[in-house]
Amino acid sequence: MANLDDIASGFGRTSDRGIDDGRSRDRQVSVAIAIGTVAILALLPFVLHSFFVFQVTMVMIYAIAIIGLNLLTGFNGQLSLGHAAFYAIGAYTAAIMMDSFGVSYVWTLPAAAVICFVFGFLFGLPALRLDGIYLALATFALSVATPQILKISLFEKWTGGVQGLVITKPDPPLGLPLTQDQWLYVFTLAVTSVMYVVAKNLVRTRTGRAMMAIRDNPLAARSMGINNPIYKAVTFGVSGLYTGVAGALGAIVVQFVAPDSFTIYLSVALLVGLVVGGVGWLPGAFFGAAFILFVPNVAEHLSKGLSGAAYGLMLIVLMLVMPGGFAGAMRLASSVLKKPPV
Amino acid sequence: MELLGQQLTAGIASGAIYACVALALVMIYQAIGHVNFAQGEMAMFSTFIAWQLMRWGLPYWAAFAGAIVISFAGGILIDRLVFRPIRTAAVLTQIVMFVGLLAILNSAAGFIWDFTSKSFPSPFGANPLLGSRLVSTHQATMVIATFVLLVLLYVFFRYTRVGLAMQSATENPASARLVGVRVEWMIALGWGMAAAIGAIAGMLIAPVVFLEPNMMLGILLYGFAAAVLGGLSSPGGAVFGGFAVGIIENLAGTYIPEVGGELKLTIALFIIISVLVVRPTGLFGATHTQRV
Repeated sequence: MANLDDIASGFGRTSDRGIDDGRSRDRQVSVAIAIGTVAILALLPFVLHSFFVFQVTMVMIYAIAIIGLNLLTGFNGQLSLGHAAFYAIGAYTAAIMMDSFGVSYVWTLPAAAVICFVFGFLFGLPALRLDGIYLALATFALSVATPQILKISLFEKWTGGVQGLVITKPDPPLGLPLTQDQWLYVFTLAVTSVMYVVAKNLVRTRTGRAMMAIRDNPLAARSMGINNPIYKAVTFGVSGLYTGVAGALGAIVVQFVAPDSFTIYLSVALLVGLVVGGVGWLPGAFFGAAFILFVPNVAEHLSKGLSGAAYGLMLIVLMLVMPGGFAGAMRLASSVLKKPPV
Repeated sequence: MELLGQQLTAGIASGAIYACVALALVMIYQAIGHVNFAQGEMAMFSTFIAWQLMRWGLPYWAAFAGAIVISFAGGILIDRLVFRPIRTAAVLTQIVMFVGLLAILNSAAGFIWDFTSKSFPSPFGANPLLGSRLVSTHQATMVIATFVLLVLLYVFFRYTRVGLAMQSATENPASARLVGVRVEWMIALGWGMAAAIGAIAGMLIAPVVFLEPNMMLGILLYGFAAAVLGGLSSPGGAVFGGFAVGIIENLAGTYIPEVGGELKLTIALFIIISVLVVRPTGLFGATHTQRV
């Protein structure tokens, strides 16, 4: 686990620059919390039941996808109902590379990242013309088209058509005494930590501020010299990259890809996760991911026949109680606990 | 040429369905400024209510009217209970509310009336129209009904006090309130009307696609595309968009070889987006100008 701690403390080092004492203490506290969380999470697979380990792995994977959506929607103000497409491209990239070309699973992640970045960037270019609900329709169309394109008989040689592809689970490297599930958990945790820290730092840089300026007032952003089209298209690319990496990880962990796993419902689920976690608040992704993974199960448990209604009801009540998602609740809690910063 | 004629007729017939749904979507967009993702499920639920009323022995037109009245009340109730408390919340929060509503209505309908498909009667009969095998009398009536609905809405929004007040309430709530418009009630009224129009659309569609909880999912996609293509601020545009989507979908399926059949929907959506890239507010939508 040494490498994970390095990442976490590296995050601390870079963020201490030029901040006054009070802020710096806050920073240290949050870094300590981050290290503690990662350490506890790293120990989880050794005490938990293996199915639960699998589920927590999936929570982290969805969280990466939601972080990607958050960068686009929360920080850049572009609504997307199409992220299932990026997830699917990432998943299929990993599956095809492993299945047809025998590439090691580790190398499928950078490949999925590059492909999804390029695809996101290219999709972002025509999307520049569209705003709000019209962009929602364009991305929605992307979501609807994805399963259909994956099923085309033309590509069946690689995609496996309607049946999809089955992948074998990787063994832990260097003969580590871990089960496959435990190893994938640790691997996912490492990837998630890196992706999270990168996203966290990205939104605090000049680039991140430009993204948010475009969200808040495109006209003002442009008059400050920000190149809106480039930033918006690149944000689309980065967002696609995150979701694509999540898709690749998801394919490796689930060991299976099929067109019908990547329908519009996945896009909607990611959006629900984003809003429940809190739009524009990165840690919210983990709450949101847990929500979309566990709450439908809970609803199923409450009532078989009315599970959908139970889910919908929980969603509506949650939104009525905390319209800002977990982010809003956290902000409220911290402002009650200590005086709000002036 | 004969094939083209047939495909056009079939396109217009399915276009009428999309136009109905698109009209309901535009209606609620006018009232609340958002696209209602649960519109299809609301329509489906209303249609089930009509079906249930008929099961209890009411004649068709009584059930028809009953379903419209109940839906109208239901729409207002949904607004008061669910959406009024979060009127000022972010757009995304409201979208998630729609998702929740959709899940509830779909699951509740499945629970009450189960998931087997039921046939829904048509008062106009399913006989072929004038010997054409592609269009039934019912579908022809549907096209006419859509246009009647459109004219009624136009008159309502253009010439009645309430219609004008509703428009002003969405356009500029603060000013509307200052001149004495009860903005909150106008929004509730918009929900009621959208639910009622949805009920009409559902009852017109049900004889064609059969009544079951998931009947609207596919149709809503097309209705959404139609509404956006026509321009969300224009009921006439929505109806035009509905027919356009129906025709494009049928022609693409027939004339684009190889992939046409498999990718009918994808091609239709691709064409719609190409149009939107050229005209970002839809074909008939008002261009939004902003004062700097």
